[in-house]
Amino acid sequence: MAIAVAGSVVTAVAHPPMSYWRAVGWRLRRDPITLAAGGLLALIVLAAVLAPILAPHDPNAGSIRLRLAALGTADHWLGTDEQGRDMLSRLLHGGRMTLLAGLTPVLVAFVVGTVLGVAAGFVGGLPNHLIMRTMDIFYAFPAVLLAIAISGSLGPGLWNTLISLSVVFIPRVVRVAESVTVQVKSLEFISAARASGAGIGQIMRHHLLANVLGPILVFASTQVSLSIILAAGLSFLGLGVTPPAAEWGLMLNTLRGSIYVNAWVPALPGVAIFLTSMTFNLLSDGLRDAMEIRS
Amino acid sequence: MRGLRKHFPVRGGFLLRTRAWVRAVDDVSFHVEPGETLGIVGESGCGKSTLARLVLRLIEPDAGSVHFAGEDVRAAGPARMKRLRRDMQLVFQDPYASLNPRMTIEDAVAFSLLVHGSPRAEARERTASLLGRVGLDPLLYGRRYPHELSGGQRQRVNIARALVLDPKLLVLDEPVSALDKSVQAQVLNLLQDLKAERALTYVLISHDLNVIEYVSERILVMYLGHVVEAGTAEALACDPKHPYTQALFASAPSMDPTRRMERPPILGDPPNPIDPPSGCRFRTRCAHVMPRCAERIPPPIAVARDHHVACYLYGDHVTAPAPAGVTTA
Repeated sequence: MAIAVAGSVVTAVAHPPMSYWRAVGWRLRRDPITLAAGGLLALIVLAAVLAPILAPHDPNAGSIRLRLAALGTADHWLGTDEQGRDMLSRLLHGGRMTLLAGLTPVLVAFVVGTVLGVAAGFVGGLPNHLIMRTMDIFYAFPAVLLAIAISGSLGPGLWNTLISLSVVFIPRVVRVAESVTVQVKSLEFISAARASGAGIGQIMRHHLLANVLGPILVFASTQVSLSIILAAGLSFLGLGVTPPAAEWGLMLNTLRGSIYVNAWVPALPGVAIFLTSMTFNLLSDGLRDAMEIRS
Repeated sequence: MRGLRKHFPVRGGFLLRTRAWVRAVDDVSFHVEPGETLGIVGESGCGKSTLARLVLRLIEPDAGSVHFAGEDVRAAGPARMKRLRRDMQLVFQDPYASLNPRMTIEDAVAFSLLVHGSPRAEARERTASLLGRVGLDPLLYGRRYPHELSGGQRQRVNIARALVLDPKLLVLDEPVSALDKSVQAQVLNLLQDLKAERALTYVLISHDLNVIEYVSERILVMYLGHVVEAGTAEALACDPKHPYTQALFASAPSMDPTRRMERPPILGDPPNPIDPPSGCRFRTRCAHVMPRCAERIPPPIAVARDHHVACYLYGDHVTAPAPAGVTTA
């Protein structure tokens, strides 16, 4: 079995043939940047999930005497905000909100968008036109404007942020899903499957989805960082999470006025947003490269 | 199987809905005898591949009928159609696009069997034996993915996939045109052997006359959706009648130095099939064009037994001297 076949770079290393997803994993594990990004992201997610345990203080308990403490203050290693609340605790708790508000819309958009887009692409004709032109209406607005408009009309709150961001991302995913589906559908192996008598369900399951999900997943993963920035942006504008709760965008907004008093503390939520969206970007880049297994 | 017959006035393209119609295959009739190899030859864009898809009912014709072993294929319901699909299979042109990149070779071949309800173990066994038959060791290649295979190997997989259902008719749509010359010969020989072993009937579509001549017993020459000449391979090779066929044979590279050509036998590109010329479609590039060629499409005339030509130069409407060989002197 361990005989390398000429004409294939990967198999020249003489390993037994492996399934597609195992091959992707194998390639991901050999990409140092993606590995580092993945490790950092795992830390961020873990910190957010374990926030109640890790946080040294109550994120909402302030102290009038200890406002805007500098970095490195004893007992408040990352300082305190304008109400004297511990920054480290707020960053940890805020991460839960930001990650939730950033990931959920993309997840919803991935599921809804894939269903709509694949259906539109596979069926074609009038249903395709109806779905795609409806999506174009949403697509016509800039993402930020659309998110603000929907959030603004629904009112602030986490739920409304999730709804408005999902609406922003669904059309994008639909568009990618549709174009990939149309492209794959026209390939000859789909015709071959039809010629052997396979039904629509069998073709979908064995031939179409397997080839379509990868590219859609890669696209969706590129949108996570944007979603995080938009979620933080909505909170910053007062359209997202409501004030007492900790959220990176909101923290950035309330600390904005303190930048001349203590420049480092207000920068922290921004650094957190930057790092998180950056790791998502690097990770999706790595994923895209790893999934491109073509000779 | 008794024969195939088809007829399609106007095949619809779907650019801009019904505003434009691509007449890819227009009123084509032919039949194939069981055990025979019918070659269909023509320039790219003349409707050969559309014809293949129509025969297998992968696209629905706008008019005309396909009969397979006496049964009207278009009248078959879904269940009957599924059964019929076992008997007629297709080998595709592009060895890269015709295999699912996410399926192993063995899964790709076994898929058809599983679709038709074979038990998994049996499907596996038949797949392995067929892969062996087309020259791919199932132990070595079965679990590999298409991107790990060469073009010739992929085409062997395609052939195995088409044959795994034990079809009676195999439509080969340019089976070797994407392959190197040396590999072409191997694949063609494999096809010839398989045909003899399994009593197959082939419809071989190609633009390459050498390939067509090598394997076909009868040849159909197509030009822009029409059949311009049909006959036995010998009749067409030795005595091509239609000016297009003559030009086609003259343009095929020859091994014979005395048959070297000086001038190109046909000039220009075929006209746009959305707006084909009136009457004979070849008249815009024909050396023997007559005024009447523009009036009506010439009907097929029998010039010999089993040799039909659609040209006004022959039969009872002869008005001009028959053309001498176009370039061969």
